[in-house]
Amino acid sequence: MKRTIIEKVWDNHVVAERPGTPTLLYIDLHLVHEVTSPQAFSGLRERGLKVRRPDLTIGTTDHSIPTHDRSLPILDKIAEAQITQFEKNCRQFGIPFYGPHSQKQGIVHVIGPEQGLTQPGMTVVCGDSHTATHGAFGALAFGIGTSQVEHVLATQCLLQSRSQTYEVRVDGTLRPGVGAKDIVLNLISRIGIGGGTGCVFEFAGSAIRALSMEERMTICNMSIEGGARAGLVAPDDTTYQYLAGRPAAPKGEEWEKALRLWRQLPTDEGATYDKSIFIDANSLEPMITFGTNPGMGIGITAPVPDPASISDPVERDTLSKALRYMDLPAGKSLLGHEVNVVFIGSCTNSRISDLRAAAEVFKGRKVSPKLRVMVVPGSQLVKQQAQDEGLDRIFKDAGADWREAGCSMCIAMNGDQLAPGEYSVSTSNRNFEGRQGKGGRTFLASPLTAAATAVTGVVTDVRTLL
Amino acid sequence: MERVTTFTSRLAPLAIDNIDTDQIIPARFLKTTSKIGLGDQLFCDWRYDAEGQPKADFILNKLEGKAAQVLLAGDNFGCGSSREHAPWALLQYGFKAVISTSFADIFKGNSAKNSLLTIIVPADAHKALFAALADDPAAQVTVDLAEQKLTLPDGETVTFPIDEFAKQCMLNGVDELGYILKQDEAIRAYEAKRPLTVNTELAA
Repeated sequence: MKRTIIEKVWDNHVVAERPGTPTLLYIDLHLVHEVTSPQAFSGLRERGLKVRRPDLTIGTTDHSIPTHDRSLPILDKIAEAQITQFEKNCRQFGIPFYGPHSQKQGIVHVIGPEQGLTQPGMTVVCGDSHTATHGAFGALAFGIGTSQVEHVLATQCLLQSRSQTYEVRVDGTLRPGVGAKDIVLNLISRIGIGGGTGCVFEFAGSAIRALSMEERMTICNMSIEGGARAGLVAPDDTTYQYLAGRPAAPKGEEWEKALRLWRQLPTDEGATYDKSIFIDANSLEPMITFGTNPGMGIGITAPVPDPASISDPVERDTLSKALRYMDLPAGKSLLGHEVNVVFIGSCTNSRISDLRAAAEVFKGRKVSPKLRVMVVPGSQLVKQQAQDEGLDRIFKDAGADWREAGCSMCIAMNGDQLAPGEYSVSTSNRNFEGRQGKGGRTFLASPLTAAATAVTGVVTDVRTLL
Repeated sequence: MERVTTFTSRLAPLAIDNIDTDQIIPARFLKTTSKIGLGDQLFCDWRYDAEGQPKADFILNKLEGKAAQVLLAGDNFGCGSSREHAPWALLQYGFKAVISTSFADIFKGNSAKNSLLTIIVPADAHKALFAALADDPAAQVTVDLAEQKLTLPDGETVTFPIDEFAKQCMLNGVDELGYILKQDEAIRAYEAKRPLTVNTELAA
C-alpha cells in the first residue's frame, strides 16, 4: 500500500492496537518545560512512579524565565518558585535539563533541533502546542496536555487515535520580502484556525523544498494555528546537512544506518491524502494579521475585512468583536498604523536566520523614537552565534533591546509584555486577546515586516525598504 | 478521576467562535505548580474589569450563567495553547460539559482526561439551543453520556459522538495512565526492537 510519511512514522511507533481502544504509540523524544510539567511530576510522586526513560527526555526553562541579565534575581516570586521546582523535579527524576544559567538554555522548540535531538522519523511530544516545529525534520511532533506529560514520563507511551492527512502543497518561487512566515499565515487565513482540526499537515512542493531547515521550522511551528496538532516536511539533503555533526545526531556507522532509514520516510509516489490545498508561492505578498486569532490575516496591502459582508451572525459578531478589541476600522489596510512595540523572537522566529533577516533591515537605520523594540534570541547558543556575527551590535546601534533567551513577549508570562491598549508587530504565533499582555493588541508578521515597522514607527511593507 | 453520571442543567451561552485557551485561562495564571484556584481565574479578562470587579454584562456574572453546569459556546472551542489548566479551570468553576459544533483536538483530549464532557452537536441543534436560551434563559438540557444523548429544552434529543475508550473511562472513573501501565510487556517488547534511538544525555 502507498503511504504518506505521516502514516509511515505512525506505523513505526505502534506498540499495541486493540479494538475499541486508541493506539498505544511510542514516543522517541519528550521535551519538558517549567509551566506544563509540575502537576505531572506531582502525579508521579503520588503514584510512586519513576520516569521510564530519562535518556529520551530533556528539560529546559523558557516560558516564565525573565530575559533580562541572568545574574539578576527573578523578581516574580511565583515564577521563581516554578523554575526552582522544575530544576528539583528534573534532578530528582534524573532528567537532563538546561536551567536558567546553562549556556544551552533556550526555547524548548529551538534547543531540540539545535542539539540534534530532533531527527527524521521520530515521534516527539511536549506539553506545548507549538511542538509541531520539530515536524520540519520529518518527525511526527505534537503538543500534549499535562496528563499526557505524566503518561509519557511514566511509560514513554501515549494513547492516540490516528489523524487524517492533509497535504499543503506550495509550488513556485517566493518574491523578495516574502518568507516562510508569510506562507503559513497565508495558509491559516485561507483554512481558518479550525481548518486542520483532526489532521496532520504535510508541507510539500517546490517552494517548501527550497526552504532552509529554520524556515521549515517556522512553517511547521504554526500548524496548530491552523487547527492541526502536527505538521511535517519530509526529510531531504537540506535536513541531513543541518543535522550532521550536531551533539546528539548519530555518528559514523550509526549515521549511515540512520540515513538509510530516513531515506525511506518520504511519502510514496501515488499515496493519497484525506485533504489537500495548493498555495502559489509566486502570488504571495507579506502577510499581517489584523484580528484576534491567527486566521484573521491579510496581505499587507489588503484592506481589513468588513463584518457587514459576512452573512453568518456568530461569524459576523466574532469579527466585529475582534475589530472592537483591536480598535480598527474595516475597509482600510494596516499600512501606516502606529505601533508601540516590535517584538522579534518566539519559537516561530527567533533562530539565527530570523535575526540575520531582521539585522539586514536594521543595518544603518535607527529604531523609530515612537516605539520600543525587543530582540529575544531563541536560545543562548543562538545569542552567542548572533554576537559572534556582530548582529547584536547592529540591533543595539539601531536602538533595539538585545535580551537573553526565552519565550518572552510571545506569552507574556515573564514580565515582558504590552501595556493595555498598546499595539505590537510581533514575529510570534498568536494574536489572541491579551496574549502579549492584558489589553495588548498584536499584529503577527515576519521578522522582515517587524524590522521594517521598527525603523519607521508604523506598519510598513518591507518591500519599500529593500 | 470522577465518574460521569446523567445530569440536567441550565446553560451559560457564549456565542463567540474560536474561543481560545488564553481566554479560558490567561497565561499569567500558569505560573502555579498546582491545580488549585484556577476556577476563580476562569475567563478572567472577560469576567472582571481593570479593578477586578465583575463585569455585569458577562454571562458568568449573570444569574442565569451562575446557575449553569453546561457552557454553550461557538464553533471550535478551546483552540490555541495546549494548557490543561483550561479544563481544570472550567471544572473548578463548576462546569461539567461544554457544547459546541467542534472542539480543538488538544482541548478535547485534555477535557476527557479530567471528565469534562465536550459535546459536539450539529449546526442546527446548536442554533436552536442559542434561540431557546434567548426565549428562556432558564431553559435546561439533560446530558446522558452512557446513551450519548443530549435532551434539548423542547424535549427533542440529539446524539453526540465520543471516543468509546474515553467514554468508558469517564463512566467508570478509570484513568488512562493506569491502563497504559498495564501494557508494560508490550512496551518492553517494542523497546527491544526500536531501530533508532537518541540519548538526551549527549546534549546535556
